[in-house]
Amino acid sequence: MARKSLALALLILALALLPPWLLSSYRLFQLTMVVVYAIAILGLDMLTGYTGQISLGHGAFYAAGAYTAAILMASFDVPYWATLPVAAVICFGFGFAFGFPALRLGGLYLALATFGLAIAVPQLLKLKLFEDWTGGVQGIVISKPDPPFGLALSQDQWLYLFTLAVGVLLFLIARNLLRGRIGLAMRAVRDRPVAAEAMGVDIAMLKTRTFALSAMYTGIAGALGAIAVQFVAPDSFSVFVSITLFVGLVVGGVTSLLGAVLGAIFIVFVPNLADQISKAAPGAIYGVILIGFLMLLPAGVASLARRALAPRRAMTNQGETR
Amino acid sequence: MQALWHQIFSGIATGGIYASVALALVMIYQATHHVNFAQGEMATFSTYIALALIEAGFPYWLAFLATIIVSFAIGVIIERVLMRPMAEAPVLASVGVFIGLLLIFNSVTGWIFSYSVKAFPSPFPETSQFLGGWASPHEVGATLVTLVVLVLVYGFFRFTKLGLAMRAAAYNPVSSRLVGIRVGWMLALGWGLAAAIGAIAGMMVAPIVFLDPSMMSGILLYAFAGALLGGIDNPLGAVIGGFAVGVIENLAGAYVVGPELKLTLALVIIIAVLIFKPAGIFGRVIVSRV
Repeated sequence: MARKSLALALLILALALLPPWLLSSYRLFQLTMVVVYAIAILGLDMLTGYTGQISLGHGAFYAAGAYTAAILMASFDVPYWATLPVAAVICFGFGFAFGFPALRLGGLYLALATFGLAIAVPQLLKLKLFEDWTGGVQGIVISKPDPPFGLALSQDQWLYLFTLAVGVLLFLIARNLLRGRIGLAMRAVRDRPVAAEAMGVDIAMLKTRTFALSAMYTGIAGALGAIAVQFVAPDSFSVFVSITLFVGLVVGGVTSLLGAVLGAIFIVFVPNLADQISKAAPGAIYGVILIGFLMLLPAGVASLARRALAPRRAMTNQGETR
Repeated sequence: MQALWHQIFSGIATGGIYASVALALVMIYQATHHVNFAQGEMATFSTYIALALIEAGFPYWLAFLATIIVSFAIGVIIERVLMRPMAEAPVLASVGVFIGLLLIFNSVTGWIFSYSVKAFPSPFPETSQFLGGWASPHEVGATLVTLVVLVLVYGFFRFTKLGLAMRAAAYNPVSSRLVGIRVGWMLALGWGLAAAIGAIAGMMVAPIVFLDPSMMSGILLYAFAGALLGGIDNPLGAVIGGFAVGVIENLAGAYVVGPELKLTLALVIIIAVLIFKPAGIFGRVIVSRV
């Protein structure tokens, strides 16, 4: 199992290194967004998949990360790569502060509270109070970074490789974290809170830290996304960002690193596909495809790969990481 | 003082709309323990049907009635076709289906009826001296309609055999099945009723906020806040919570935070309720062993 998934991970990485030399810059941009969303979905998965807390408001953390990067680059001339750690710290703190009260609620109530957060985000970003920094309704335009050390790469190629490197690093950290003691504690809290508490897991603290970590991942993704799109504005962070991330998570499959990547592919390419099928009502086509996926594969697309990799352990590996 | 009373009255009127949507949410929550995120979009779709009927020459109240019946049917069909196969699926997948429904309804509404903002007629007179001009006739009428719906729903659940069967099916599906209640149909009926109530709310709010495909998304948030404030398992509580949120929103919007932050206010209410009184004011506190 371990060797097979290592081989699979290496294969995906090898495939991911090809596109800069094969595809047009628009396709490359789309792939950059796949990596960005994969990081964000991975963050959501830690909270929803591993710890069992539904969040419909992760778009708020994505927006926080994006605005952090944009404000630092536009108002303070901070280089793009240095905005990522700042976005990470800010979103960690934001997640901790929001998660502490919200996580005392179970399941559906948390979903509602976070949904409220998602709906309120554009209004908060438009506030006159912060207009000097956020640019109000207009938003902020930022410029695309040049490749360093005089490398012979286009801006798009460099941005894709940079994003991919950050993504691989974050996936490795997540993999080690989720396989170790903390990951076990998260799953224990999800499946058997009583037993987890009895074994000495501080449930409230673990949930809050997970929420903060999850917000941090999504925030880093937001910062990368802002650099790739080169523009942030309140209305691009409507409730649909949160919904999109959630859709990616559910379609890809929870508790699976591979699922985060598959879900990201879904949310980047299926809306385009829906657009091609029907110009008039792309949302309806998207919705139908989404519901179709969920009916055929309620456990996500990654469950197919899981079955293929471990045919005889189908029933027991619900919480398996790879 | 005049201005204050006016704010309170229009708060009660918009609160009535929130109360209807909150009531629809609570009905589905009681029957299925799901919160339907597509409720608002379904109500908007129903309102467009009503507009189409009125424009085709139907008298208002006939169109009103026809819309309620069509919405009821749509609710039942959605439960039968989409939610039934998902009954055994993980919670995450069913929330995903709700989101899919939201996208479909939003997009289909815009596709069939166009995205442009439209005016929706009110069945009540334009102006009157009723209540000393503190509230428009439509606001008073909408509040009355909400109250009538509430009384009907209460009576249905309290005094009819079907209402009792629905409550039993939600409370204890296995035993209900054993005494011959068709639990599956009770769920479908719950969906139908919720869709019908949502349709009424949509037709009452449309003359105030104007009709466009995303009309209900903000309203849905206030309705959530109202349902939580009153207690998500208590229909009467949800209605009172809905009215309360309407008044709070109007007063705070006029005197405290200004109109820009009205939606954020709903978020603050939600979080405050969740922190200080998670069961809501009238909800049952569920004690679980942790």
